Amino acid sequence: MRTFVLLLSALVLGSVAHAGPRSMILATTTSTADSGLLDELLPSFHEQTGIEVKEVAVGTGAALRMAERGQADAVLTHAPSAEKPLVEAGHLIEGRRVMYNDFLLVGPKDDPAGARVGTLAESLRAMARHGSFVSRGDDSGTHKRELALWDLAGVDSAALSRREETGQGMGATLDVTSERQSYTLTDRGTYLALQKRLDLVPIFEGDPSLRNVYTFYVVNPEKHGKARADLARTLGDFFVAPETQARIGAFRREEFGRPLFVPDGADSSKHSG
Amino acid sequence: MTDLASGCVEALRLLAARDPEVWGIVLRTLIVSGVATLLAMLVGVPLGYLLARTRFPGRTLVLGLVNTGMGMPPVVMGLFVWLMLVRTGPLGGFELIYTVQAMAIAQFLIATPMVVGFTTVSIQALPARLPDLLRVLGASRVRRIWLLAREARLGLLAAVMAGFGAVISEVGASMMVGGNLRGRTRILTTAIVTETSRGETERAIALGLLLLVLAFVVNLFLTRTQQVQR
Repeated sequence: MRTFVLLLSALVLGSVAHAGPRSMILATTTSTADSGLLDELLPSFHEQTGIEVKEVAVGTGAALRMAERGQADAVLTHAPSAEKPLVEAGHLIEGRRVMYNDFLLVGPKDDPAGARVGTLAESLRAMARHGSFVSRGDDSGTHKRELALWDLAGVDSAALSRREETGQGMGATLDVTSERQSYTLTDRGTYLALQKRLDLVPIFEGDPSLRNVYTFYVVNPEKHGKARADLARTLGDFFVAPETQARIGAFRREEFGRPLFVPDGADSSKHSG
Repeated sequence: MTDLASGCVEALRLLAARDPEVWGIVLRTLIVSGVATLLAMLVGVPLGYLLARTRFPGRTLVLGLVNTGMGMPPVVMGLFVWLMLVRTGPLGGFELIYTVQAMAIAQFLIATPMVVGFTTVSIQALPARLPDLLRVLGASRVRRIWLLAREARLGLLAAVMAGFGAVISEVGASMMVGGNLRGRTRILTTAIVTETSRGETERAIALGLLLLVLAFVVNLFLTRTQQVQR
């Protein structure tokens, strides 16, 4: 079987683009990839260092599981509560905050649930009473946050009469929400990018617990022998470098009139976790 | 409808502008699916011939497996190849995961049952005594196989078209084992998924049209070869 695969790969495209030791796997979320941010940043990293990054956009839950199983060299995720156990178990090391943006609740313009109210918890409870909500249902960072927010508001989300789960990315989930004229929790970046085709408006935003922090971790080589911590570290240095941070802040800013991501790495050049 | 119309306009604009990224994606799509189909033919046609021409215990079982394979969801094959090639998998040492090679391997495995199945049927459709007849007429072994292939031409080209059509339109397996890396493993189908979820509907439509045109051109060429008069 080994020779078969070798032969096959040799046949397929010669040795072109065969992954060398200077290549690493970054498991990350769909929001960083769908916004186009990584496509914007990673080519410069490759130019500067010669390291090829394979950025696999799978959602935070899946990205963290890849790290836990040693299938990636680094992660860039946005679910601190899910990252913590992996840090404690020693799978992830050298956490560095890279950037943040925020989540917001969106819904129909006429707000049938009357969810434009004083506090986040009240807004969620209004949605729960009305019964309609579209959930990602895909164990992504956004999905994890949604579940945490229901807990915060003291609502049993499973009991919502017209709750739906898409099991898909944010874009598809926003589309479903728009078609159903329902409510959902979205990251700011994806919402801005899709705004023009959606029939949805912001319903609640600005609460501190809606902050969405992206953290970069190195997969611990002492736990996972094949993890390329040196390459991962170089990528982490690149993400928090002042030039990269400036580019993150400027990314698609003119297009949307506000930044998709706010750089957050300036004080975290020292490892925090 | 307006989206569809603006998508068509954008498609023409993209083509006219010779967007290097788009052409890179088109070329990569053709190479990956072309190589996968070619390898599937190299393996699948002899296997199909053997299945059609020989009788052995368990042959029906093998044919049943092949026929199931023809309807195998590509994403299941993708999962299998991913588990094999991922760093912690049995073949992880080759570091093929998230490369075009991995995509070609997955597509090869998807196309092969199609080629085997179609080949078996087309060879079996020939008169059973044709090979003996050719032997009696004194044709050499190579010549006999060539003449048989000519006779089975309709079916064999249907095999190529089915195999190629399956892999070039496939998205799940290529996404899983290729990772949809920009400029490296992004092909037409995975690019359409990406552009759609990014809200770039026009680009997604444009790429979809390109995929249709590409599939049509390749199939037109194959159909001409298939239908040409002897």
